[in-house]
Amino acid sequence: MKSLAELQAIKDRVSQQVSLRQDREDGIRVVVGMATCGIAAGARPVMSAFMDEIAKRGLADVTVTQTGCIGMCRLEPIVEVFMPGEEKVTYIHMNPEKVSRIVAEHIINKRPVAEFTIGAANE
Amino acid sequence: MKELSLHILDIAQNSVKANASLIQISIEEDTAADTLRITVADNGCGMDKELLQRVRDPFTTTRTTRKVGMGIPLMEMAAVGCDGSLDIQSQVGVGTTLCAVFGLSHIDRAPVGDMPGTMSVLVSGSPQIDFVYTHTVDDMSFTFDTREIRTILEGIPLDTPEVANWIQAYVQEGLDSLQTT
Repeated sequence: MKSLAELQAIKDRVSQQVSLRQDREDGIRVVVGMATCGIAAGARPVMSAFMDEIAKRGLADVTVTQTGCIGMCRLEPIVEVFMPGEEKVTYIHMNPEKVSRIVAEHIINKRPVAEFTIGAANE
Repeated sequence: MKELSLHILDIAQNSVKANASLIQISIEEDTAADTLRITVADNGCGMDKELLQRVRDPFTTTRTTRKVGMGIPLMEMAAVGCDGSLDIQSQVGVGTTLCAVFGLSHIDRAPVGDMPGTMSVLVSGSPQIDFVYTHTVDDMSFTFDTREIRTILEGIPLDTPEVANWIQAYVQEGLDSLQTT
């Protein structure tokens, strides 16, 4: 059973990590489009998958946030990845299966997954 | 939308946009009356009478990136299609309450779906807002309240991935104990 005591344990475990997360303004941001268009296209499991993958790998300098409609509803679910000092990378037609590759190759190894980006789709 | 929980996620985003500090979500399943009632109530900025009248129109939206707003019309269509209805009460400066009723056993009623996912995504998307989610099945009920979580976390943000995962699992187990349909 998931108890409140277990939450207390999580709090103790991550409190150090969180101060690290807050102090760093140069952290990585993952932004998921979560308007009607995104939700209908499947943005919720994509966001959950990012949360899951980042918690599993203990990545302290990555935050996952949401935004509204980006204006390209036909390409939803859309995820934007902001890396310090790099240009924004926009991933389209996202699904939970693509998430682990983006986390491993882009967020950890700093090499965007070109085939999932909006640029690849436009070619 | 394939699940009612996706409508709830979508509608609750309106409350977030309305600068609510408290969003209360309830799902009430009543087998005797054969109804499933979803309520999303917020203490946000509210709507004036004129906007309230237009808000069911898909060509009404507050956003600027496109000209359509499908959240409320889609949910109304889903409710009406299950012998139900959708009602919105709002007052400027007080807040908005949306209530949708579905025929519980209606063949076209979408499943409630992944409410743990909806709550986890809502909370981590707006960690500064308090959410209360109550799910009632006849005389059994489960409540999740971020105000309670916050006192335990003592300043750890609710959008910490470990916390979001815990919320998802906690809500899942609470709902399992109700054995929802």
